[in-house]
Formats: sequence, structure tokens, C-alpha cells
Amino acid sequence: MTLIDLANPTRFLALSARVLPWLAAATVILLTIGLYQSAYAPDDYQQGATVKIMFIHVPNAWLSMFVWGVMSVASLGTLVWRHPLADVAAKAAAPIGASFTFLALLTGSLWGRPMWGTYWEWDARLTSVLILFLMYLGLMALWRAVEDPSRAARAAAVLTLVGAINLPIIKFSVDWWNTLHQPASVMRMGGSTLDKAFLIPLLVMAVAFTLLFVTLHIAAMRNEILRRRVRSLQMMQASRIAFSSDVGTGSRQENASKGAA
Amino acid sequence: MTALAALIRRDIRIALRVGGGALIGVLFFLTVVVLMPFAVGPDLAQLARLGPAILWLGALLASLLTLDRLFMADHEDGSLDLITMSRTPLELACAAKALAHWLAAGLPLIVATPVLGLLLNLDMVATGAVALTLLVGTPALTFTGMIGAALAVTLHRGGLLMAVLVLPLSIPVLIFGVAASQAAITGPLSFGAPFSILCALSLVSLVIGPFAAAASLKHGLD
Amino acid sequence: MNGLKPGQMQLSGRGVICVRGSREVFSGLDFEAVSGEAVAVTGRNGSGKTSLLRLIAGLLIPAGGTIVLDGGDGDMTLPEQCHYLGHRDALKPALSVAENLSFWADFLGGERFNVAESLATVGLDHAADLPAAFLSAGQRRRLSLARLLTVRRPVWLLDEPTNALDVSGQDMFGRLMRDHLARGGMIIVATHAPLGIESRELRIGGMV
Repeated sequence: MTLIDLANPTRFLALSARVLPWLAAATVILLTIGLYQSAYAPDDYQQGATVKIMFIHVPNAWLSMFVWGVMSVASLGTLVWRHPLADVAAKAAAPIGASFTFLALLTGSLWGRPMWGTYWEWDARLTSVLILFLMYLGLMALWRAVEDPSRAARAAAVLTLVGAINLPIIKFSVDWWNTLHQPASVMRMGGSTLDKAFLIPLLVMAVAFTLLFVTLHIAAMRNEILRRRVRSLQMMQASRIAFSSDVGTGSRQENASKGAA
Repeated sequence: MTALAALIRRDIRIALRVGGGALIGVLFFLTVVVLMPFAVGPDLAQLARLGPAILWLGALLASLLTLDRLFMADHEDGSLDLITMSRTPLELACAAKALAHWLAAGLPLIVATPVLGLLLNLDMVATGAVALTLLVGTPALTFTGMIGAALAVTLHRGGLLMAVLVLPLSIPVLIFGVAASQAAITGPLSFGAPFSILCALSLVSLVIGPFAAAASLKHGLD
Repeated sequence: MNGLKPGQMQLSGRGVICVRGSREVFSGLDFEAVSGEAVAVTGRNGSGKTSLLRLIAGLLIPAGGTIVLDGGDGDMTLPEQCHYLGHRDALKPALSVAENLSFWADFLGGERFNVAESLATVGLDHAADLPAAFLSAGQRRRLSLARLLTVRRPVWLLDEPTNALDVSGQDMFGRLMRDHLARGGMIIVATHAPLGIESRELRIGGMV
């Protein structure tokens, strides 16, 4: 199984090794610019300095959905095109997506503290993000629960696609549930119209965070490929022992053990 | 003692390695708690009032539903035969397994409680009260639940049957756990009385659970 | 247990009755085995070979009759002096090969021999740090045999022990059994295959 599977990933490893430093550098530069601009953005007349949380919150929220999209495409790759890298991409994206979603929740809750007076309000948007977070965690649990990566990949791909179809339905239901219980008095984050002073830093931050995701994702994919190689090497090592001891006991077996060590 | 320590170490190690075993329980707990507001509505005052009950129900289901494989895995791979044959009394081995399960699956639930308390708008006192009652009460759930887990091996059935067998047994723990947390938050009852009863329930189950489980496993041998 | 004299220990069953479910597997079974000897239990499928081993191991309760061990360690019950090697390997795939073996050594207690040495004897020393999940069926059986070497017990109850073992594995196993007998151990083995050691035959359940 190993040789055919490794052919394509090997090229990926070589290519990504060259691209990764540039991506990382671009991420750092854009993040620095974005953070600088957001720090010196004017305070909002209503929300004061808390509005600056938005510059972190919105990119995270955007990525929490974007990553699920990336995983859905990768899942199609697993199920339809059977691309050898597709399930590596899907698996590597899940923890990163979960982290962005968690940061979106955390910043949303920190923003809500001065606005609502509590850290958590069952606001429609935050609640949807929370459900998305649960789905990420479930997906990660699924990846870990199945020992064999290719079998886990199939199951996770189905779940990811079902999730992609279900997410809008969940979003709609939560919105409906929320308006049912509290008629529109809740102040929403980021109004409908944004001043240019806010918009530009926000866009820079969004691009910077997307680049951050791409960098982390490629690095995680490399790790996953290497982890699978270690696994197949270990399996080869385990089966080689059967041959060496087939020869019998005595010196040859000892030689084999020295060779493996 | 080394035998029991080895058993506890092994079970915790397996729980941590296999599929994030311990954390699935926390994820389940989180999911149950998140579902509640969709059923009862997002009113924070109401959620705060129901909070201790919701947390207790979630923790109860999470700790019982993760239990059903407690003995099943060892039965399927033949480990249980060797454990039964060993010098270590089966009762102690059962207790060690339950303790390992509580450390790997029960303790994380208590650690997660403050975060979930935040979602339900519980204040510091309320969260502390629920966490404390869970700390004292979940061992009772694990040690009562292990009887069901042992019966599941005897009957070659797991899952829902076990839940049906064990959930009624956990009612007293639920009653005094929620009562003690409510007493700490709103009064007027004193916190001490229900809390002491909860402690007593835990201590009793520490004794009864291993004996009943071992008896059930011995009779289920074949 | 090192230094038991042949014939010092005697395992005997008198009128043993075995009932599984509502079916009587065998009844009135008498058998004897002494230390330094191997007894091969033979019989057709369903004649109760496995049941007999499990009765001796205390994993089944006889419906009648007695099984006693004379001359063993007076402090220990019969099952505590037995190694039972059944169809299932009692291995955890999530743990490494060495962890699996060390666990049983720690848990079973008593005189304990070097884990690494036992693994080398059964030909698994290179795999010590690999997860047991990566082992083949034959390798898993070898790991179970390593358990018998790490924790020494006088009575070996073996149920089709050569299943899944290749030729070299069977040779190795034959040597282990001869060593065990030479130390004054006792082996009761349910098998169809030739064992590679001298053994007395105990036929149960009528014709083979």
C-alpha cells in the first residue's frame, strides 16, 4: 500500500517545504499591519473600545465557516475523486477550524460581557457558532475513534458533508428559535454599515487570518503525512520480525534485532 | 497493591489513548447542556434557576453512558478471565476499574462544569456548589453504574438495556445532588443535610458496587 | 516453583460434571496429571475440551465432582497457580507490546522474570515499543506465550496453543513446554495438532 500512496504526498512534501516559509512570512507581515491598524482605529461612539474585539472576532467567525467549507471540498475529494491527499487535508483542517471557532466564541463572549452584562447570552449568532464548535469536536472525536485512517476518512467525509448541508438549516432554526423568544432588541455585532476606518483593518485582518489558516493547514498536513509514514514504517517493522524469527533462534535473530535498533 | 495500581494505570492509559475516550464524555455533557435552552428557551433567569438540575442531568447521563464498556472490553479480549483467576480479589479489581474510570471520565466532567455553568448563567457560588456536589456525587454514579456494566457482560447486552437498569438506581443521587446545590444557591434548606446524605450515598455505593459487580461477573462466567 | 520434583504435584479430578446452559457436556470425568508431565486432551468438537480447561482454571463452576491440586503452594488456590491461554489473547491494541506484558506481570504478581528477555525468547523484542495493534495473529499468540514466561506458574492450561503459530513458532513453543516440564511444571493442553513434546492422552467425549 505504501508506495502508491506516498508518490503524490512526496511531491506535496517537497513543494510545501518551499512554499511554507513565504506563507509564514506573509502571514506575519499582514497580521502585524492588521493589528497595528486595528489598535489605532477610532473607538465606536456606542461601544467604545470594545469594538476592537471585532477585528479579531469577525475573521475568526469567518474562518470557522470557511474551514468547514474547505473540509467539505476535501471530503468530496475523498469520496468522489479518491484523491490521496484529500483525507489528509480534511483531517488536518478539523482541529484548526475548531480552534478558530473557539476563538470566535471566546471573543464573542468577551465582547458580550460589557454589552449584555454576562459572558454568555443565547444570542442567535453565538449559539450557531457554539453548535458549529460542537460539530467540529464531534468530527475530531470521530477521527480519533477509528484506528485505520482510510476507514476513518470515509466516515468523517460523510459526516462533514452532512454537516455542510445541515449547517444552514441549523442556522435558520436557531434564528427562528431566538426571535421567537426575544423580539429584536438585541444589539448585533458589526452594524449594517461600516465606516471605512473600520472596514480596511477588518479586511486586512480577514486576509491575514485566512493566510494564517493556510499556513497552519499546510504545516498540519505535513505532520499528518509524516505521522502516517511513521505508522506504516512501524507496521512494516512489526511484520519484519515474523520473518527474522522464522529463520530460527540464535545469531541471525540477534543480528536482526541489532539492525532494527 | 501493585496489582491494583497496575490495573488503574492501564485503564487510564487506554482511556486516554483510545479515541480521546475520556473527552467524549465531556463532549456529550456539553451537548446535552447546549440542547436544554432550545427546549426551555434562552431566558437567562430561567436557565439560572434550572442550571443545577440541567448540569446534574447532563453529568448523570454522561457518566452512565460511558460506563457500558467498563467490563465488556476486558470480557471480549479475554482479560477478564485472567483478572478473575488472579490472586487479587475480583471485588478489589472491580473497584480499581471503577476508580480508573471515574478518574478518566468522571473527573473531566467536573472540570468542565464551570464552563458549562457560564452557558447557563450560573454565578460563582452556584457553579461552585454544583461542582462540589458533582465531585462528591459522581463516584456514587460510577460505582452504582458498574453493577449495570457487569450485568451487561453477563447478559451479553450493552447500551440501552444497561441504561434502563441503572438509571433508576441513580435517582437518590440525583435527588440529593440537586437538592444540595439548590440549597447552596437559594436556600431555604440548609446545605449540610442533603450534602451529608449525598456523601453517605457515595460511601455506601463504594462498598456495594464492587461486591455486586464481582458477584454478577462470577455468575456470568462461561 | 523452581525445583519442583517430578510427581511432587498432582492434579486430580473426580467425577467432574460439566453443564453448559442446559446441555450436559460431560459427566463423571476422572483425570489425573502430575508435575513434569503433559496431558493432551483430545476429543471431537463440542466434547468439552475447552470446558475442562476452564473448569480447572476456575472460570466455570462444575455441576458436580471435585478438582484438587495436591503438593502445590498451600497459600494459593488452584486457579492462582494456573496460566490459562485461551482463544482470546487478553491484549490491548492501544498499549505497546512491552506495556501489555508488563501490565500482566505487575497484575498477576509473584515471582517475575525479565520482560525484555521473555520478548526476545518469543521473537518479539524488536516490537517491544510498537502498539500491539500492529501485531499479526501469530505474533499476538507469541506475546501471550511471553506472559507464561514472565510470570511463572506451575500449571499451564493451553487451549489450541499452536493455532496461528508458524513452523518456527511451533518449534519455539515446543522448547518452552519442554523447559517448563523439566522445571517440574505441568501442562494440560487441548489440541488436535501434534505438540512436539511427549504427552499422555486424555480422551473425552467418546470416540474422536
